[in-house]
Amino acid sequence: MKINKITVTFIVNGQEVTLKVGSKERLLDTLREQLQLTGTKEGCSVGECGACTVILDGKAVPSCLILTGQIGGSEVLTIEGLEADGKLDPLQQAFIDYHAVQCGFCTPGMLMSAKALLIHNPHPSREEIRTALEGNLCRCTGYEQIIEAIESVAKNCQ
Amino acid sequence: MKFSEVNKPVKRVDAYEKVTGKAKFGADLFFPNMLYGKALHSKYPHAQIIKINTEKALTYPGVKAIITAEDIPNNKFGVIIQNQQVLAQEEVLYIGDGIAVVAAETKEAASEAIKLIEVEYKELPGIFDPEEAAKKDAPLIHSELEDNQVVHHRVRKGDVEKAFTQAEVILEREYTTQFVEHSYIEPEAIIAVPYEHNSLVTIYGSIQNPFSCRNAVANVLKVPLNKVRIIQNHMGGSFGGKDEVISSMAARAAVLALKTNQPVKMVNTREESILESYKRHPYKMKYKVGATKEGKLVAMEIKCIADSGAYACQTPFVTWRSVVQATGPYELPSVKTDTYGYYTNNIYTGAMRGYGSPQIVFAQESLMDELADELKMTPLELRLKNIYHNNSITASGQKLDNHQVSLEEVIAKAVKASNYIEKYIEYNKSQLGDKKRGIGMAVSFRGCSLGAEATDAAGAIVAIQRDGSILISSGLAENGEGLKTVFSQIAAEELGVDIKRINYMEVDTSVSPESGATVASRSTLLGGNAVKNAAQQIKRTITEMIADKFKVKSGDLVLRNENIYNKNNNQKIMSFDDAVDLANKLGVFLSAYGWYKAPDISWDEETGQGRPYFTYVYGCQIAEVEVDTATGQIEVLKMVAAHDVGRAINPVTLKGQIYGGIMMALGYGIMEEVEIASGYIKNTNFDEYLIPTIKDMPEIIPIIVENPDPHGPYGAKSIGEPTLELGAPAIANAVAQATGRRIRHLPLNLERVLLGHSLSKGGTKNDIL
Ligand code: FES
Ligand code: FES
Repeated sequence: MKINKITVTFIVNGQEVTLKVGSKERLLDTLREQLQLTGTKEGCSVGECGACTVILDGKAVPSCLILTGQIGGSEVLTIEGLEADGKLDPLQQAFIDYHAVQCGFCTPGMLMSAKALLIHNPHPSREEIRTALEGNLCRCTGYEQIIEAIESVAKNCQ
Repeated sequence: MKFSEVNKPVKRVDAYEKVTGKAKFGADLFFPNMLYGKALHSKYPHAQIIKINTEKALTYPGVKAIITAEDIPNNKFGVIIQNQQVLAQEEVLYIGDGIAVVAAETKEAASEAIKLIEVEYKELPGIFDPEEAAKKDAPLIHSELEDNQVVHHRVRKGDVEKAFTQAEVILEREYTTQFVEHSYIEPEAIIAVPYEHNSLVTIYGSIQNPFSCRNAVANVLKVPLNKVRIIQNHMGGSFGGKDEVISSMAARAAVLALKTNQPVKMVNTREESILESYKRHPYKMKYKVGATKEGKLVAMEIKCIADSGAYACQTPFVTWRSVVQATGPYELPSVKTDTYGYYTNNIYTGAMRGYGSPQIVFAQESLMDELADELKMTPLELRLKNIYHNNSITASGQKLDNHQVSLEEVIAKAVKASNYIEKYIEYNKSQLGDKKRGIGMAVSFRGCSLGAEATDAAGAIVAIQRDGSILISSGLAENGEGLKTVFSQIAAEELGVDIKRINYMEVDTSVSPESGATVASRSTLLGGNAVKNAAQQIKRTITEMIADKFKVKSGDLVLRNENIYNKNNNQKIMSFDDAVDLANKLGVFLSAYGWYKAPDISWDEETGQGRPYFTYVYGCQIAEVEVDTATGQIEVLKMVAAHDVGRAINPVTLKGQIYGGIMMALGYGIMEEVEIASGYIKNTNFDEYLIPTIKDMPEIIPIIVENPDPHGPYGAKSIGEPTLELGAPAIANAVAQATGRRIRHLPLNLERVLLGHSLSKGGTKNDIL
């Protein structure tokens, strides 16, 4: 079987990468398997659970539905890129402080959706937070402490 | 009592790695030379396997090995009854049975190769209804057995027949519940590594119960337990679900790893996970209750039938919890309860958070509301007339005399916080428009830990290192609920040190003490006591060492705030670090193995009398809903949950358990159902199997009630499961008040609310009386 590979260049967590990828390779697999960025999780592969959420050019997207071959020139931010200069992103710290983490499998996706929200809307209402996180399933926390964590950051950056 | 580390909202000890993406879950592990395993599943729910031809698949580029049942040294396993096939031998018994497993160099090659395996089947008629399976002439699901019954448990108390003749009101009702998927967000993952560190095979992955997994794998491979090593990774949720299905996956991967002499990784897709993994048992429940006109219960007769699916799995114990708790927390002079499990060709069923209680609590709490209606009483009044108090006698004849029976307290607190009394009156008045509101309650008692299901003991190691840092290891596994944090808090409390000193090790079956399973919300109670016991031994060693050196009485020494003090004059004698240094110099051993065995319990299988659990927890939840009677849409507006937990070791992780449990209950009550038609599963991913999202959240008010239990560490009992068993009936009762119609079948989906029957199930109007 011959697989046609294409070369694609894009930015991941601030660093430019050039990779050879199969035409059907999903961004999720590129991140996890080629770049060893396993913080991005796979839960459903059909865009329903949000565990694979990354920020692509400022927008939260499910990386299981994105073909890597099509994102040349784009900028990707993953959970591994949230912590800057050894300092946790305020959202990460808030998730710890507000007990927004249980098993932690949904956490990277939740944080990326929350981050994308705050980039565009630093002071979201509770309802806006709920809308932004609608595509992220969590079976453990019942969501309450996740909302509280995000609200605390939204208030602090007033 | 004043505490320094427990009873406090200490932050999770494993949160940092989880918020940074550094935490490694099963699927995140990669080993050099690793192969990918993929299973071929059955095409039919019930069929004979005539022939399996793997030749073509073996020639597919990258394929290293293919195994079938022939290659499995011992093909049957199971925790209670060993009848689950690792791979189907002669017959497939359900749609998720595995037939062959391929190991290949890439995931793609493994997926392509399984398509090339040729299987010749002879389709067989199946049984998909446990009541059919119960019939005398029913074909046998397991041909080596005499009938299809997995188990039958009984409770017999008083003379039920006579009692019913004295009842002034008798109500008979039937309730049913559905198949439910655990829906842990992380699909199952396993990596088997051959010949690593003196073990025949080491297994990593999302393993809820490392010791049951080790038993299964060693049994399947026919090797001693010490040759198989299981190391648990971070778990992406389990809720009871990553047990037998993981054991089977681990056994398959182990056989392939030994065959190829390469690590083998298997990760399920969501579809594979839903198709293969066991579900929550659907129950059919017949309840008959008798009462006086004043609302005093006199008799209850109950028959519950559980669908066990193809295998026994946990059915014998799940239905046992049901038989103990089936009447609910109500005083009853006469009780006759029978719970049954039957094999069918449906997907098999097993442990899921609640474990045989959510079904019966739904029935019994719906029934109480129906009876209240009949007696023209409020649901609250009827319950208050009949609930357990201190020294009440349960249906099993157990006197509740060794702990505070706090039903009245949890009910009072939930009623107050929800404004239940006012709202109940308000919503009983006729409501204008399509949107109608209702409020409903549910209460329960729940036996802690395993009860008479199995021997109940746990161990833990606490080891102080040369520099004063501390390692804890226990056989109980962190499943995301916060167990590591709670155990670390307990060790820190006993040793009087900061929790930062402590590192809780992942479970490693070759190192950690076997502690039974992380099930039945038993971890805090059992494991917590074991950790406490180990820490106390070290404390004794330290105080004796210092007493000897400073010529003081060891009993006068206390460990607190990182120091050792003489409690008589509050003088600091030395710091904890100095004490560790001293022990290093003197050659004093600062590690201990703690052990805790639960108090004795008893059970008579014939009569169901005895002391099935050594203690109980109590809870009350109240739901407020709004039903759009034009669309059938239910919106849960508010849930109030009052739970007696004994003592909250960590109030914030505990609240997290309540929020999570309530949302899972909400899914159980109004959304979720694995739709199975003649053994085929229709909804295999989250686009069709819908679980609650952040948009479905009601306002949730958790109320923690603390009545310390003499058996628990610092009085703590359990919380994981009680939170989940009350939501569905509370919601169902609220919906009944809002709409004036009683739905006796879960889930309360749109069609049932709107039409009175379920379209997808081919239901009829008789669904609702
Ligand atoms: S894995 Fe991408 S949304 Fe679930
Ligand atoms: S914390 Fe487990 S799925 Fe969200």
